[in-house]
Amino acid sequence: MTLTLTDVTLTYPDGDTRLTALDHITLDVPRGTLTAVIGPSGSGKSSLLAVAATLITPDSGTVTIDDTTVTELNRAEQATLRRRSIGIVFQQPNLLPALTAAEQLQTMAVIDGHRPATARRRALDLLDAVGMAEHADRRPHQLSGGQRQRVNIARALMNDPTVLLVDEPTSALDHERGAIIIDLITRLTHQQATATILVTHDRTHLTAADHITEVHDGRLLTSETGLISS
Amino acid sequence: MYVAWRDLKFARGRFALMGAVIVLITLLVGLLSGLTAGLGQQNISAITGLPADRITFAAPAAGQKLSYANSTVTAEQWQQWARTPGVTNAEPLGISTTRATTGTTTTAVSVFGVRSGSRLAPAGDRLDDRSVVLSTTAADDLGLHVGGTLTLAGQPLTVTAIQGDASYSHTPVVWTSLTTWHHTSAPTGDPDQNTATVIALTTTSGADITAGDQAAGTSTVTRGDSLSAIGSYTSENGSLQLMRGFLFAISALVIGAFFTVWTIQRSGDVAVLKALGASTAALLRDALGQAAVLLTAGTLTGTALAAAAGALVAGTSVPFQLSPATMLTPAAIMIALGVLGAALSIRRITSVDPLTALGSAR
Repeated sequence: MTLTLTDVTLTYPDGDTRLTALDHITLDVPRGTLTAVIGPSGSGKSSLLAVAATLITPDSGTVTIDDTTVTELNRAEQATLRRRSIGIVFQQPNLLPALTAAEQLQTMAVIDGHRPATARRRALDLLDAVGMAEHADRRPHQLSGGQRQRVNIARALMNDPTVLLVDEPTSALDHERGAIIIDLITRLTHQQATATILVTHDRTHLTAADHITEVHDGRLLTSETGLISS
Repeated sequence: MYVAWRDLKFARGRFALMGAVIVLITLLVGLLSGLTAGLGQQNISAITGLPADRITFAAPAAGQKLSYANSTVTAEQWQQWARTPGVTNAEPLGISTTRATTGTTTTAVSVFGVRSGSRLAPAGDRLDDRSVVLSTTAADDLGLHVGGTLTLAGQPLTVTAIQGDASYSHTPVVWTSLTTWHHTSAPTGDPDQNTATVIALTTTSGADITAGDQAAGTSTVTRGDSLSAIGSYTSENGSLQLMRGFLFAISALVIGAFFTVWTIQRSGDVAVLKALGASTAALLRDALGQAAVLLTAGTLTGTALAAAAGALVAGTSVPFQLSPATMLTPAAIMIALGVLGAALSIRRITSVDPLTALGSAR
């Protein structure tokens, strides 16, 4: 297994009490598969993604990526793991306005200590893979919403991650463009052999998933594959 | 600096505006520094140019500070100092301000009276009771050449040499014999009394200055420390230095304010970079590097403009001193304080939560 959440519980302060966002979640995501996580707003989907991305440390339970227990790492080590092993596709593309599409990707190499020039070739290859090679030198404001999201996906794959975490990638797109993005993520998951979690509220995207699970009030309710337990 | 460089180019309007502010502040600091040094030179160059390492004043009354204006030393005192072990030279020096006249031209001058042959005055061997040595500014102001005559407090005197550019309390220096000086100033009210204003000492490391002061009833300080005994220099220099200090503080504050707003504006980008795995240290380095580039470029441009302005006024009546000390030192301080101001502002990068990058609305 590449990504494993074991008995993860996460609570937030809520006035005098604490709100349970994740309630004893256990989830395994093998490499080369796409697990779709669905659920209503506030169900805990984004919290699950944040825990898997090491952006929040859970109250209890463990998160393991490739035999590394990430919940035992300090902040700096978690940052290193994020840039080397985890790709994040944000809900909004979150591209840096000063950078061209290619530079958005090259930045990933730079923050991992590599020279941007040497990363240029891979950046262009990835942009080509997401159909954005012709727009490599355009800045975000020169791109459409769908094009920005493609760059967002390519950036997440730049450092060859083993885990791909995708947060509502089609929320700002129409249905047709959303379907193209989901197809792209599915294809790249298989091509790059990433363990992918796709958080979505759109059930029409579920056909692309290898596994589907639903989160409700912080608990995993359903499993269509038997790989998911609560 | 990968993202920082691109930010500088992308948001060039904003950075150009901030850079212009830095240029203008640096220009102002540079001009003020040149003027402060120039004015200071007009006040003190005659003292700092003396071939002596210590200046001896008459011991001031209790509660009073040393003052060139109030000091009067006697012949016994400078003879006492001349006998003190470790003192290789003790020369009396009379200082007063009066008017020099030649034809229809009258100008205020500082009269520096020394003994004939004293090494305190340039060409001191050409001084006697009927001659003077002029500084070049005094000669220019009076339109005199060697061999010309001037009247100093009613005494006709012949110019035997024009040498140096000594100035004291914003007036050019005229070197005279001690006797001539007595007649022009009469600080004790008795022109025949053998007195001077101070004693210029040249000492070795073995000189016991404290014991010498006790024996002679004087107060001795280093030549540099004696500058504070020039009343006009202390007040003028203090005011100008205060203005410079405020400009440095304002500069740091403005730069700090700019980078505070800039950091807040790009906190969303910082959150994304952190979420993608950028280390906080790398982000801080990037932001600080950006500030340093902006500061260095702005400060060097401002310094170049100040130097150009200084070169333009060189040789005119504006007392502007153009030197590495007056141009580069303020520039270095501006950069250091600016980086400090920026560092205090961008430290908020450490508190940006990468989790906010996951939100639906940044």
